[in-house]
Amino acid sequence: MISANLSAIFYLISGVLFILALRGLSSPETSRQGNFFGILGMIIAITVTFLSIGNFSNGFVIVIIFLLIGGLIGAFIAYKIPMTAMPELVAGFHSLVGLAAVFVAIAAFLNPEAFSLGSPGNIKLGSLIEMSIGAAVGAITFSGSIIAFLKLQGIMSGSPITFKGQHLLNALILISILVLTYLLCSTQSSNLFWILLAVSFLIGFLLIIPIGGADMPVVISMLNSYSGWAAAGIGFTLENTALIITGALVGSSGAILSYIMCKGMNRSFFNVILGGFGATEQSSSSQNKEQKPVKSGNADDAAFLMKNASSVIIVPGYGMAVAQAQHALREMVDTLKKNDIKVSYAIHPVAGRMPGHMNVLLAEANVPYDEVFELEEINNDFANADVAFVIGANDVTNPVAKTDPQSPIFGMPVLDVEKCKSVLFVKRSLSPGYAGIDNDLFYKENTLMLFADAKKMTEDITKNL
Amino acid sequence: MEIDPFIFRLSIFILSIFIGYYVVWSVTPSLHTPLMSVTNAISSVIIVGAIIAGLAGNSNTIFNISSVFGFLAIGLAAINIFGGFLVTQRMLAMYKKKKKDK
Repeated sequence: MISANLSAIFYLISGVLFILALRGLSSPETSRQGNFFGILGMIIAITVTFLSIGNFSNGFVIVIIFLLIGGLIGAFIAYKIPMTAMPELVAGFHSLVGLAAVFVAIAAFLNPEAFSLGSPGNIKLGSLIEMSIGAAVGAITFSGSIIAFLKLQGIMSGSPITFKGQHLLNALILISILVLTYLLCSTQSSNLFWILLAVSFLIGFLLIIPIGGADMPVVISMLNSYSGWAAAGIGFTLENTALIITGALVGSSGAILSYIMCKGMNRSFFNVILGGFGATEQSSSSQNKEQKPVKSGNADDAAFLMKNASSVIIVPGYGMAVAQAQHALREMVDTLKKNDIKVSYAIHPVAGRMPGHMNVLLAEANVPYDEVFELEEINNDFANADVAFVIGANDVTNPVAKTDPQSPIFGMPVLDVEKCKSVLFVKRSLSPGYAGIDNDLFYKENTLMLFADAKKMTEDITKNL
Repeated sequence: MEIDPFIFRLSIFILSIFIGYYVVWSVTPSLHTPLMSVTNAISSVIIVGAIIAGLAGNSNTIFNISSVFGFLAIGLAAINIFGGFLVTQRMLAMYKKKKKDK
Protein backbone atom coordinates (compact mmCIF):
# COMPACT_ATOMS: atom_id res chain seq x y z
CA MET A 1 0.00 0.00 0.00
CA ILE A 2 1.43 3.34 -1.03
CA SER A 3 0.44 6.71 0.33
CA ALA A 4 -2.21 8.85 -1.32
CA ASN A 5 0.35 11.57 -2.04
CA LEU A 6 2.74 9.21 -3.77
CA SER A 7 0.01 7.72 -5.92
CA ALA A 8 -1.20 11.21 -6.82
CA ILE A 9 2.29 11.96 -8.12
CA PHE A 10 2.29 8.80 -10.20
CA TYR A 11 -1.12 9.72 -11.62
CA LEU A 12 0.33 13.08 -12.55
CA ILE A 13 3.20 11.32 -14.32
CA SER A 14 0.82 9.20 -16.35
CA GLY A 15 -1.16 12.34 -17.21
CA VAL A 16 2.03 13.93 -18.54
CA LEU A 17 2.82 10.78 -20.52
CA PHE A 18 -0.63 11.01 -22.13
CA ILE A 19 0.11 14.59 -23.16
CA LEU A 20 3.36 13.36 -24.73
CA ALA A 21 1.42 10.61 -26.51
CA LEU A 22 -0.71 13.21 -28.28
CA ARG A 23 2.30 15.44 -28.83
CA GLY A 24 4.00 12.59 -30.69
CA LEU A 25 1.30 12.62 -33.33
CA SER A 26 2.54 15.94 -34.70
CA SER A 27 4.57 13.94 -37.20
CA PRO A 28 4.54 10.31 -38.34
CA GLU A 29 8.18 9.88 -37.28
CA THR A 30 7.52 10.64 -33.63
CA SER A 31 4.08 9.08 -33.50
CA ARG A 32 5.16 5.54 -32.65
CA GLN A 33 7.18 6.81 -29.74
CA GLY A 34 4.14 8.81 -28.66
CA ASN A 35 2.00 5.70 -28.64
CA PHE A 36 4.60 4.02 -26.47
CA PHE A 37 4.38 6.90 -23.98
CA GLY A 38 0.64 6.42 -23.90
CA ILE A 39 0.99 2.71 -23.12
CA LEU A 40 3.54 3.47 -20.42
CA GLY A 41 1.22 6.05 -18.86
CA MET A 42 -1.58 3.50 -18.78
CA ILE A 43 0.61 0.83 -17.17
CA ILE A 44 1.70 3.27 -14.48
CA ALA A 45 -1.87 4.36 -13.77
CA ILE A 46 -3.16 0.79 -13.44
CA THR A 47 -0.21 -0.42 -11.34
CA VAL A 48 -0.47 2.54 -8.97
CA THR A 49 -4.17 1.90 -8.53
CA PHE A 50 -3.52 -1.67 -7.46
CA LEU A 51 -0.73 -0.59 -5.12
CA SER A 52 -2.79 2.17 -3.54
CA ILE A 53 -5.60 -0.24 -2.71
CA GLY A 54 -3.16 -2.79 -1.40
CA ASN A 55 -5.95 -5.18 -0.50
CA PHE A 56 -5.11 -8.11 -2.74
CA SER A 57 -7.00 -10.83 -0.98
CA ASN A 58 -10.50 -10.11 -2.18
CA GLY A 59 -11.57 -9.93 -5.77
CA PHE A 60 -8.06 -9.42 -7.09
CA VAL A 61 -8.24 -12.57 -9.18
CA ILE A 62 -11.59 -11.52 -10.60
CA VAL A 63 -10.22 -8.10 -11.52
CA ILE A 64 -7.33 -9.73 -13.36
CA ILE A 65 -9.71 -12.11 -15.12
CA PHE A 66 -11.88 -9.25 -16.38
CA LEU A 67 -8.78 -7.32 -17.36
CA LEU A 68 -7.48 -10.26 -19.37
CA ILE A 69 -10.80 -11.08 -21.01
CA GLY A 70 -11.25 -7.46 -22.05
CA GLY A 71 -7.63 -7.25 -23.16
CA LEU A 72 -7.91 -10.37 -25.29
CA ILE A 73 -11.09 -9.16 -26.96
CA GLY A 74 -9.52 -5.77 -27.58
CA ALA A 75 -6.31 -7.21 -28.99
CA PHE A 76 -8.25 -9.60 -31.19
CA ILE A 77 -10.36 -6.76 -32.62
CA ALA A 78 -7.30 -4.55 -33.11
CA TYR A 79 -5.54 -7.17 -35.22
CA LYS A 80 -8.56 -8.36 -37.18
CA ILE A 81 -10.26 -5.09 -38.06
CA PRO A 82 -9.88 -4.00 -41.70
CA MET A 83 -8.70 -0.41 -42.09
CA THR A 84 -11.83 0.50 -44.03
CA ALA A 85 -13.82 -0.24 -40.87
CA MET A 86 -11.94 2.22 -38.66
CA PRO A 87 -14.88 4.64 -38.31
CA GLU A 88 -17.13 1.85 -36.99
CA LEU A 89 -14.39 0.65 -34.67
CA VAL A 90 -13.79 4.09 -33.21
CA ALA A 91 -17.53 4.64 -32.76
CA GLY A 92 -17.78 1.26 -31.04
CA PHE A 93 -14.85 2.06 -28.75
CA HIS A 94 -16.43 5.40 -27.82
CA SER A 95 -19.55 3.59 -26.73
CA LEU A 96 -17.46 1.37 -24.45
CA VAL A 97 -15.79 4.37 -22.79
CA GLY A 98 -19.23 5.87 -22.26
CA LEU A 99 -20.64 2.70 -20.74
CA ALA A 100 -17.58 2.21 -18.54
CA ALA A 101 -18.06 5.76 -17.23
CA VAL A 102 -21.70 4.98 -16.48
CA PHE A 103 -20.77 1.78 -14.64
CA VAL A 104 -18.13 3.50 -12.55
CA ALA A 105 -20.62 6.24 -11.68
CA ILE A 106 -23.19 3.61 -10.67
CA ALA A 107 -20.62 1.80 -8.54
CA ALA A 108 -19.65 5.07 -6.88
CA PHE A 109 -23.28 5.95 -6.27
CA LEU A 110 -24.10 2.58 -4.73
CA ASN A 111 -20.96 2.26 -2.68
CA PRO A 112 -19.58 5.74 -2.03
CA GLU A 113 -17.52 4.54 0.93
CA ALA A 114 -15.17 2.72 -1.43
CA PHE A 115 -14.27 6.06 -2.99
CA SER A 116 -14.52 7.95 0.33
CA LEU A 117 -17.31 10.15 -0.96
CA GLY A 118 -19.65 9.74 2.00
CA SER A 119 -22.22 7.06 2.63
CA PRO A 120 -25.20 5.87 0.55
CA GLY A 121 -27.96 8.45 0.75
CA ASN A 122 -25.52 10.95 2.14
CA ILE A 123 -22.99 11.56 -0.62
CA LYS A 124 -21.04 14.81 -0.61
CA LEU A 125 -22.87 17.37 -2.72
CA GLY A 126 -19.90 18.20 -4.96
CA SER A 127 -19.20 14.52 -5.63
CA LEU A 128 -22.83 13.88 -6.44
CA ILE A 129 -22.91 16.69 -8.99
CA GLU A 130 -19.68 15.46 -10.60
CA MET A 131 -20.99 11.90 -10.57
CA SER A 132 -24.25 12.92 -12.23
CA ILE A 133 -22.42 14.85 -14.93
CA GLY A 134 -20.05 11.94 -15.57
CA ALA A 135 -22.90 9.44 -15.67
CA ALA A 136 -25.14 11.56 -17.90
CA VAL A 137 -22.41 12.43 -20.40
CA GLY A 138 -21.23 8.82 -20.35
CA ALA A 139 -24.74 7.58 -21.09
CA ILE A 140 -25.14 10.07 -23.96
CA THR A 141 -21.78 8.97 -25.35
CA PHE A 142 -22.82 5.34 -25.12
CA SER A 143 -26.18 5.49 -26.86
CA GLY A 144 -25.03 8.13 -29.37
CA SER A 145 -22.03 6.01 -30.34
CA ILE A 146 -24.20 2.94 -30.71
CA ILE A 147 -26.36 4.79 -33.25
CA ALA A 148 -23.27 6.13 -35.03
CA PHE A 149 -21.87 2.60 -35.11
CA LEU A 150 -25.09 1.14 -36.54
CA LYS A 151 -25.24 3.85 -39.20
CA LEU A 152 -21.61 3.43 -40.20
CA GLN A 153 -21.91 -0.34 -40.24
CA GLY A 154 -24.93 -0.04 -42.52
CA ILE A 155 -27.18 -1.92 -40.10
CA MET A 156 -29.18 1.28 -39.78
CA SER A 157 -29.89 3.46 -42.79
CA GLY A 158 -27.49 6.39 -43.11
CA SER A 159 -30.28 8.75 -44.06
CA PRO A 160 -31.41 11.22 -41.41
CA ILE A 161 -34.45 10.27 -39.34
CA THR A 162 -36.50 13.37 -38.61
CA PHE A 163 -39.97 13.96 -37.23
CA LYS A 164 -42.10 16.89 -36.20
CA GLY A 165 -41.26 18.48 -32.90
CA GLN A 166 -37.90 16.71 -32.75
CA HIS A 167 -35.92 19.73 -31.61
CA LEU A 168 -38.57 20.65 -29.06
CA LEU A 169 -38.52 17.12 -27.66
CA ASN A 170 -34.72 17.12 -27.44
CA ALA A 171 -34.72 20.50 -25.75
CA LEU A 172 -37.29 19.30 -23.20
CA ILE A 173 -35.26 16.19 -22.46
CA LEU A 174 -32.09 18.23 -22.00
CA ILE A 175 -33.90 20.53 -19.58
CA SER A 176 -35.28 17.51 -17.72
CA ILE A 177 -31.71 16.22 -17.31
CA LEU A 178 -30.78 19.46 -15.56
CA VAL A 179 -33.88 19.32 -13.39
CA LEU A 180 -33.24 15.68 -12.51
CA THR A 181 -29.64 16.45 -11.57
CA TYR A 182 -30.85 19.23 -9.30
CA LEU A 183 -33.49 17.02 -7.68
CA LEU A 184 -31.04 14.17 -7.31
CA CYS A 185 -28.61 16.42 -5.51
CA SER A 186 -31.24 17.72 -3.13
CA THR A 187 -32.93 14.38 -2.35
CA GLN A 188 -30.14 11.78 -2.93
CA SER A 189 -32.84 9.45 -4.16
CA SER A 190 -31.52 6.46 -6.08
CA ASN A 191 -34.68 6.33 -8.20
CA LEU A 192 -33.85 9.74 -9.58
CA PHE A 193 -30.35 8.52 -10.37
CA TRP A 194 -31.74 5.67 -12.49
CA ILE A 195 -34.21 7.98 -14.22
CA LEU A 196 -31.38 10.40 -14.97
CA LEU A 197 -29.42 7.57 -16.58
CA ALA A 198 -32.40 6.37 -18.62
CA VAL A 199 -33.17 9.86 -19.89
CA SER A 200 -29.53 10.41 -20.80
CA PHE A 201 -29.45 7.18 -22.79
CA LEU A 202 -32.57 8.34 -24.59
CA ILE A 203 -31.23 11.76 -25.51
CA GLY A 204 -27.98 10.28 -26.86
CA PHE A 205 -30.07 8.13 -29.14
CA LEU A 206 -32.35 11.00 -30.23
CA LEU A 207 -29.46 13.39 -30.85
CA ILE A 208 -27.74 11.16 -33.40
CA ILE A 209 -30.64 9.69 -35.42
CA PRO A 210 -31.32 12.92 -37.39
CA ILE A 211 -27.71 13.18 -38.53
CA GLY A 212 -26.92 11.73 -41.94
CA GLY A 213 -24.16 9.34 -43.00
CA ALA A 214 -21.76 11.86 -44.52
CA ASP A 215 -21.90 14.04 -41.41
CA MET A 216 -20.43 11.15 -39.45
CA PRO A 217 -16.96 12.77 -39.31
CA VAL A 218 -18.49 15.48 -37.12
CA VAL A 219 -20.50 13.01 -35.07
CA ILE A 220 -17.55 10.74 -34.34
CA SER A 221 -15.37 13.71 -33.36
CA MET A 222 -18.15 15.04 -31.16
CA LEU A 223 -18.63 11.70 -29.42
CA ASN A 224 -14.86 11.53 -28.98
CA SER A 225 -15.11 14.83 -27.19
CA TYR A 226 -18.05 13.63 -25.04
CA SER A 227 -16.16 10.52 -23.97
CA GLY A 228 -13.43 12.85 -22.73
CA TRP A 229 -15.81 15.05 -20.75
CA ALA A 230 -17.39 11.92 -19.23
CA ALA A 231 -13.96 10.71 -18.14
CA ALA A 232 -13.19 14.14 -16.68
CA GLY A 233 -16.48 14.12 -14.76
CA ILE A 234 -15.59 10.76 -13.23
CA GLY A 235 -12.06 12.07 -12.63
CA PHE A 236 -13.46 14.86 -10.48
CA THR A 237 -15.59 12.37 -8.57
CA LEU A 238 -12.64 10.10 -7.89
CA GLU A 239 -10.31 13.05 -7.31
CA ASN A 240 -7.91 11.49 -9.76
CA THR A 241 -5.48 13.73 -11.65
CA ALA A 242 -4.72 11.26 -14.42
CA LEU A 243 -8.41 11.05 -15.30
CA ILE A 244 -8.95 14.80 -15.11
CA ILE A 245 -5.97 15.54 -17.38
CA THR A 246 -6.91 12.81 -19.83
CA GLY A 247 -10.55 13.86 -19.90
CA ALA A 248 -9.58 17.44 -20.66
CA LEU A 249 -7.15 16.35 -23.39
CA VAL A 250 -9.62 14.03 -25.08
CA GLY A 251 -12.44 16.51 -24.68
CA SER A 252 -10.58 19.32 -26.37
CA SER A 253 -9.15 16.98 -28.98
CA GLY A 254 -12.63 15.88 -30.05
CA ALA A 255 -13.87 19.45 -30.00
CA ILE A 256 -11.06 20.61 -32.29
CA LEU A 257 -11.66 17.74 -34.68
CA SER A 258 -15.38 18.58 -34.80
CA TYR A 259 -14.47 22.18 -35.56
CA ILE A 260 -12.10 21.16 -38.38
CA MET A 261 -14.75 18.88 -39.86
CA CYS A 262 -17.46 21.55 -39.70
CA LYS A 263 -15.13 24.02 -41.34
CA GLY A 264 -14.40 21.46 -44.06
CA MET A 265 -18.12 21.51 -44.86
CA ASN A 266 -18.60 25.24 -44.22
CA ARG A 267 -21.39 24.49 -41.80
CA SER A 268 -21.89 25.55 -38.27
CA PHE A 269 -21.71 22.95 -35.55
CA PHE A 270 -25.38 23.51 -34.72
CA ASN A 271 -26.39 23.07 -38.33
CA VAL A 272 -24.80 19.61 -38.28
CA ILE A 273 -26.15 18.68 -34.87
CA LEU A 274 -29.70 19.71 -35.66
CA GLY A 275 -29.43 17.31 -38.55
CA GLY A 276 -31.66 16.49 -41.48
CA PHE A 277 -29.13 17.78 -44.01
CA GLY A 278 -29.50 16.43 -47.53
CA ALA A 279 -32.96 15.04 -46.98
CA THR A 280 -35.00 18.08 -47.95
CA GLU A 281 -33.51 19.94 -50.87
CA GLN A 282 -33.37 17.25 -53.50
CA SER A 283 -36.56 17.65 -55.45
CA SER A 284 -35.96 21.01 -57.11
CA SER A 285 -32.51 20.40 -58.50
CA SER A 286 -32.73 16.86 -59.79
CA GLN A 287 -35.50 17.31 -62.33
CA ASN A 288 -34.41 19.78 -64.97
CA LYS A 289 -30.81 18.72 -65.39
CA GLU A 290 -31.23 15.26 -66.76
CA GLN A 291 -30.82 16.01 -70.45
CA LYS A 292 -27.36 17.50 -70.17
CA PRO A 293 -24.79 15.64 -72.22
CA VAL A 294 -22.24 13.57 -70.39
CA LYS A 295 -19.10 12.12 -71.84
CA SER A 296 -18.47 8.66 -70.60
CA GLY A 297 -15.52 6.48 -71.34
CA ASN A 298 -13.94 3.15 -70.54
CA ALA A 299 -10.71 2.01 -68.97
CA ASP A 300 -8.95 2.21 -72.30
CA ASP A 301 -9.71 5.93 -72.74
CA ALA A 302 -8.66 6.63 -69.18
CA ALA A 303 -5.39 4.77 -69.60
CA PHE A 304 -4.69 6.68 -72.80
CA LEU A 305 -5.26 10.04 -71.13
CA MET A 306 -3.07 9.18 -68.18
CA LYS A 307 -0.26 7.73 -70.27
CA ASN A 308 0.05 11.02 -72.09
CA ALA A 309 -0.02 13.08 -68.93
CA SER A 310 3.02 14.31 -67.08
CA SER A 311 1.31 14.85 -63.77
CA VAL A 312 -1.75 13.22 -62.22
CA ILE A 313 -3.56 14.20 -59.01
CA ILE A 314 -5.70 11.58 -57.34
CA VAL A 315 -8.74 12.63 -55.33
CA PRO A 316 -9.98 9.76 -53.18
CA GLY A 317 -13.28 9.78 -51.32
CA TYR A 318 -15.56 7.53 -49.33
CA GLY A 319 -16.38 5.51 -52.46
CA MET A 320 -12.80 4.29 -52.53
CA ALA A 321 -13.20 2.93 -49.02
CA VAL A 322 -16.50 1.24 -49.88
CA ALA A 323 -15.01 -0.42 -52.94
CA GLN A 324 -11.79 -1.30 -51.06
CA ALA A 325 -9.97 0.16 -54.04
CA GLN A 326 -6.93 1.57 -52.25
CA HIS A 327 -4.58 -1.32 -53.15
CA ALA A 328 -5.69 -1.39 -56.77
CA LEU A 329 -5.18 2.36 -56.84
CA ARG A 330 -1.64 2.05 -55.53
CA GLU A 331 -0.85 -0.50 -58.22
CA MET A 332 -2.17 1.85 -60.87
CA VAL A 333 -0.02 4.64 -59.48
CA ASP A 334 3.06 2.39 -59.45
CA THR A 335 2.56 1.74 -63.16
CA LEU A 336 2.14 5.44 -63.80
CA LYS A 337 5.31 6.21 -61.90
CA LYS A 338 7.22 3.69 -63.98
CA ASN A 339 6.23 5.81 -66.97
CA ASP A 340 7.72 8.88 -65.26
CA ILE A 341 4.40 10.44 -64.48
CA LYS A 342 4.27 12.56 -61.36
CA VAL A 343 1.48 11.44 -59.04
CA SER A 344 0.17 13.06 -55.88
CA TYR A 345 -2.92 12.61 -53.74
CA ALA A 346 -5.29 15.37 -52.67
CA ILE A 347 -7.31 14.81 -49.51
CA HIS A 348 -10.30 16.92 -48.58
CA PRO A 349 -10.76 17.37 -44.81
CA VAL A 350 -14.14 15.62 -44.83
CA ALA A 351 -13.32 12.87 -47.33
CA GLY A 352 -14.44 9.58 -45.84
CA ARG A 353 -16.38 8.93 -42.68
CA MET A 354 -13.93 10.14 -40.07
CA PRO A 355 -11.07 12.62 -39.81
CA GLY A 356 -7.97 11.30 -41.57
CA HIS A 357 -9.82 8.25 -42.91
CA MET A 358 -8.35 8.48 -46.43
CA ASN A 359 -4.81 8.95 -45.12
CA VAL A 360 -5.00 5.70 -43.17
CA LEU A 361 -6.33 3.77 -46.15
CA LEU A 362 -3.58 5.12 -48.41
CA ALA A 363 -0.98 4.35 -45.77
CA GLU A 364 -2.36 0.83 -45.59
CA ALA A 365 -1.86 0.50 -49.34
CA ASN A 366 1.79 1.54 -48.84
CA VAL A 367 1.40 5.00 -50.28
CA PRO A 368 4.22 7.11 -48.77
CA TYR A 369 2.73 9.88 -46.65
CA ASP A 370 4.82 12.56 -48.32
CA GLU A 371 2.89 12.03 -51.55
CA VAL A 372 -0.39 12.78 -49.80
CA PHE A 373 -1.45 16.42 -49.47
CA GLU A 374 -4.14 18.38 -47.68
CA LEU A 375 -6.53 20.67 -49.50
CA GLU A 376 -4.64 23.94 -48.89
CA GLU A 377 -1.31 22.39 -49.81
CA ILE A 378 -2.34 21.07 -53.18
CA ASN A 379 -5.26 23.13 -54.42
CA ASN A 380 -3.10 25.44 -56.54
CA ASP A 381 -1.49 22.50 -58.28
CA PHE A 382 -4.64 21.42 -60.09
CA ALA A 383 -4.19 24.22 -62.64
CA ASN A 384 -0.83 22.75 -63.64
CA ALA A 385 -1.81 19.10 -63.57
CA ASP A 386 -2.86 17.15 -66.64
CA VAL A 387 -5.28 14.68 -65.17
CA ALA A 388 -7.35 14.65 -61.99
CA PHE A 389 -8.46 11.15 -61.09
CA VAL A 390 -11.50 11.41 -58.82
CA ILE A 391 -12.23 8.09 -57.20
CA GLY A 392 -15.23 7.81 -54.92
CA ALA A 393 -15.44 11.54 -54.12
CA ASN A 394 -18.20 13.85 -55.28
CA ASP A 395 -19.43 16.83 -53.29
CA VAL A 396 -15.91 17.84 -52.28
CA THR A 397 -15.08 18.53 -55.94
CA ASN A 398 -18.29 20.34 -56.86
CA PRO A 399 -17.49 23.79 -58.35
CA VAL A 400 -21.02 24.89 -57.43
CA ALA A 401 -19.70 25.55 -53.92
CA LYS A 402 -17.73 28.44 -55.38
CA THR A 403 -20.23 29.79 -57.90
CA ASP A 404 -23.82 29.35 -56.77
CA PRO A 405 -24.84 31.17 -53.58
CA GLN A 406 -28.17 29.26 -53.66
CA SER A 407 -26.50 25.92 -53.32
CA PRO A 408 -26.62 24.21 -49.92
CA ILE A 409 -22.90 23.62 -50.09
CA PHE A 410 -22.02 27.17 -51.14
CA GLY A 411 -18.85 28.35 -49.39
CA MET A 412 -17.61 24.88 -48.59
CA PRO A 413 -13.92 24.60 -49.45
CA VAL A 414 -13.62 22.32 -52.49
CA LEU A 415 -10.77 20.84 -54.48
CA ASP A 416 -10.31 22.81 -57.73
CA VAL A 417 -10.47 19.67 -59.81
CA GLU A 418 -12.07 21.43 -62.79
CA LYS A 419 -8.87 23.43 -63.38
CA CYS A 420 -7.07 20.29 -64.54
CA LYS A 421 -6.69 19.73 -68.27
CA SER A 422 -8.89 16.68 -67.97
CA VAL A 423 -10.86 15.08 -65.21
CA LEU A 424 -11.50 11.37 -64.85
CA PHE A 425 -14.45 10.66 -62.62
CA VAL A 426 -14.87 7.10 -61.38
CA LYS A 427 -18.43 6.70 -60.16
CA ARG A 428 -21.12 4.10 -60.31
CA SER A 429 -23.81 6.38 -61.71
CA LEU A 430 -24.71 10.00 -62.24
CA SER A 431 -26.65 10.11 -59.00
CA PRO A 432 -26.02 13.18 -56.87
CA GLY A 433 -23.79 12.90 -53.83
CA TYR A 434 -24.74 13.08 -50.22
CA ALA A 435 -25.69 16.76 -50.30
CA GLY A 436 -28.35 15.81 -52.85
CA ILE A 437 -27.11 18.27 -55.45
CA ASP A 438 -25.93 17.76 -58.98
CA ASN A 439 -22.22 18.05 -59.64
CA ASP A 440 -21.54 20.45 -62.56
CA LEU A 441 -18.25 18.74 -63.04
CA PHE A 442 -20.02 15.75 -64.65
CA TYR A 443 -21.09 17.88 -67.62
CA LYS A 444 -17.87 19.79 -68.20
CA GLU A 445 -16.20 19.57 -71.57
CA ASN A 446 -13.00 18.14 -70.13
CA THR A 447 -14.62 15.55 -67.87
CA LEU A 448 -14.71 11.90 -68.71
CA MET A 449 -17.04 9.80 -66.60
CA LEU A 450 -15.97 6.24 -65.89
CA PHE A 451 -19.07 4.39 -64.79
CA ALA A 452 -17.92 1.35 -62.84
CA ASP A 453 -17.00 -0.02 -59.50
CA ALA A 454 -13.95 1.92 -58.31
CA LYS A 455 -11.81 -1.15 -57.71
CA LYS A 456 -12.63 -2.87 -60.97
CA MET A 457 -12.12 0.29 -63.01
CA THR A 458 -8.74 0.97 -61.43
CA GLU A 459 -7.61 -2.59 -62.11
CA ASP A 460 -8.76 -2.34 -65.73
CA ILE A 461 -6.91 0.93 -66.23
CA THR A 462 -3.74 -0.63 -64.87
CA LYS A 463 -4.08 -3.45 -67.40
CA ASN A 464 -4.42 -0.94 -70.20
CA LEU A 465 -1.49 1.22 -69.22
CA MET B 1 -9.39 30.40 4.85
CA GLU B 2 -8.29 27.21 3.15
CA ILE B 3 -8.75 26.72 -0.55
CA ASP B 4 -11.05 23.84 -1.38
CA PRO B 5 -9.08 21.01 -3.11
CA PHE B 6 -11.76 21.11 -5.79
CA ILE B 7 -10.31 24.42 -6.96
CA PHE B 8 -6.94 22.76 -7.52
CA ARG B 9 -8.53 19.99 -9.55
CA LEU B 10 -10.46 22.57 -11.51
CA SER B 11 -7.20 24.40 -12.21
CA ILE B 12 -5.60 21.20 -13.48
CA PHE B 13 -8.65 20.57 -15.62
CA ILE B 14 -8.73 24.04 -17.19
CA LEU B 15 -4.99 24.10 -17.84
CA SER B 16 -5.18 20.62 -19.39
CA ILE B 17 -7.87 21.84 -21.76
CA PHE B 18 -5.46 24.52 -22.94
CA ILE B 19 -2.63 22.01 -23.27
CA GLY B 20 -4.95 19.75 -25.22
CA TYR B 21 -5.97 22.63 -27.45
CA TYR B 22 -2.42 23.50 -28.46
CA VAL B 23 -1.16 19.93 -28.66
CA VAL B 24 -4.04 18.77 -30.83
CA TRP B 25 -3.76 21.68 -33.24
CA SER B 26 -0.18 20.61 -33.86
CA VAL B 27 -1.27 17.10 -34.83
CA THR B 28 -0.83 16.62 -38.55
CA PRO B 29 -4.20 16.07 -40.31
CA SER B 30 -2.98 12.84 -41.87
CA LEU B 31 -2.79 11.36 -38.35
CA HIS B 32 -6.28 12.37 -37.27
CA THR B 33 -7.57 8.79 -37.32
CA PRO B 34 -4.75 7.50 -35.07
CA LEU B 35 -5.39 10.56 -32.88
CA MET B 36 -8.96 9.40 -32.38
CA SER B 37 -7.99 5.83 -31.59
CA VAL B 38 -5.27 6.86 -29.16
CA THR B 39 -7.49 9.38 -27.36
CA ASN B 40 -9.92 6.53 -27.10
CA ALA B 41 -7.33 4.33 -25.49
CA ILE B 42 -6.14 6.95 -23.01
CA SER B 43 -9.64 7.99 -21.98
CA SER B 44 -10.03 4.40 -20.80
CA VAL B 45 -7.80 5.34 -17.89
CA ILE B 46 -11.24 5.43 -16.32
CA ILE B 47 -10.30 1.83 -15.53
CA VAL B 48 -8.68 3.15 -12.34
CA GLY B 49 -12.15 4.00 -11.08
CA ALA B 50 -13.40 0.60 -12.15
CA ILE B 51 -10.58 -1.17 -10.29
CA ILE B 52 -11.32 0.78 -7.12
CA ALA B 53 -14.99 -0.10 -7.47
CA GLY B 54 -14.16 -3.75 -8.04
CA LEU B 55 -11.60 -4.17 -5.26
CA ALA B 56 -12.25 -1.67 -2.54
CA GLY B 57 -15.81 -2.76 -2.04
CA ASN B 58 -17.14 -4.36 1.07
CA SER B 59 -14.79 -7.13 2.14
CA ASN B 60 -17.57 -9.52 3.22
CA THR B 61 -18.91 -10.19 -0.24
CA ILE B 62 -16.91 -9.90 -3.41
CA PHE B 63 -19.97 -9.88 -5.57
CA ASN B 64 -21.91 -7.00 -4.14
CA ILE B 65 -23.67 -5.03 -6.83
CA SER B 66 -21.25 -2.13 -6.77
CA SER B 67 -18.19 -4.29 -7.39
CA VAL B 68 -20.02 -6.19 -10.14
CA PHE B 69 -20.43 -2.88 -11.97
CA GLY B 70 -16.76 -2.30 -11.28
CA PHE B 71 -15.80 -5.65 -12.82
CA LEU B 72 -17.91 -4.99 -15.91
CA ALA B 73 -16.37 -1.55 -16.31
CA ILE B 74 -12.91 -3.12 -16.03
CA GLY B 75 -13.75 -5.47 -18.90
CA LEU B 76 -15.09 -2.66 -21.09
CA ALA B 77 -12.19 -0.34 -20.39
CA ALA B 78 -9.69 -3.16 -20.98
CA ILE B 79 -11.16 -3.79 -24.45
CA ASN B 80 -10.57 -0.13 -25.18
CA ILE B 81 -7.10 0.07 -23.74
CA PHE B 82 -5.73 -2.96 -25.55
CA GLY B 83 -7.78 -2.42 -28.69
CA GLY B 84 -7.08 1.31 -28.84
CA PHE B 85 -3.33 1.19 -28.35
CA LEU B 86 -2.81 -1.85 -30.56
CA VAL B 87 -4.87 -0.56 -33.45
CA THR B 88 -3.05 2.77 -33.20
CA GLN B 89 0.24 0.90 -33.27
CA ARG B 90 -0.94 -1.02 -36.32
CA MET B 91 -1.95 2.14 -38.13
CA LEU B 92 1.17 4.10 -37.28
CA ALA B 93 3.35 1.25 -38.50
CA MET B 94 1.83 1.74 -41.96
CA TYR B 95 2.86 5.38 -42.34
CA LYS B 96 6.02 5.25 -44.40
CA LYS B 97 8.10 7.84 -46.13
CA LYS B 98 9.01 7.60 -49.79
CA LYS B 99 12.02 5.37 -50.30
CA LYS B 100 14.86 7.53 -51.51
CA ASP B 101 16.68 4.79 -53.43
CA LYS B 102 13.85 4.36 -55.90
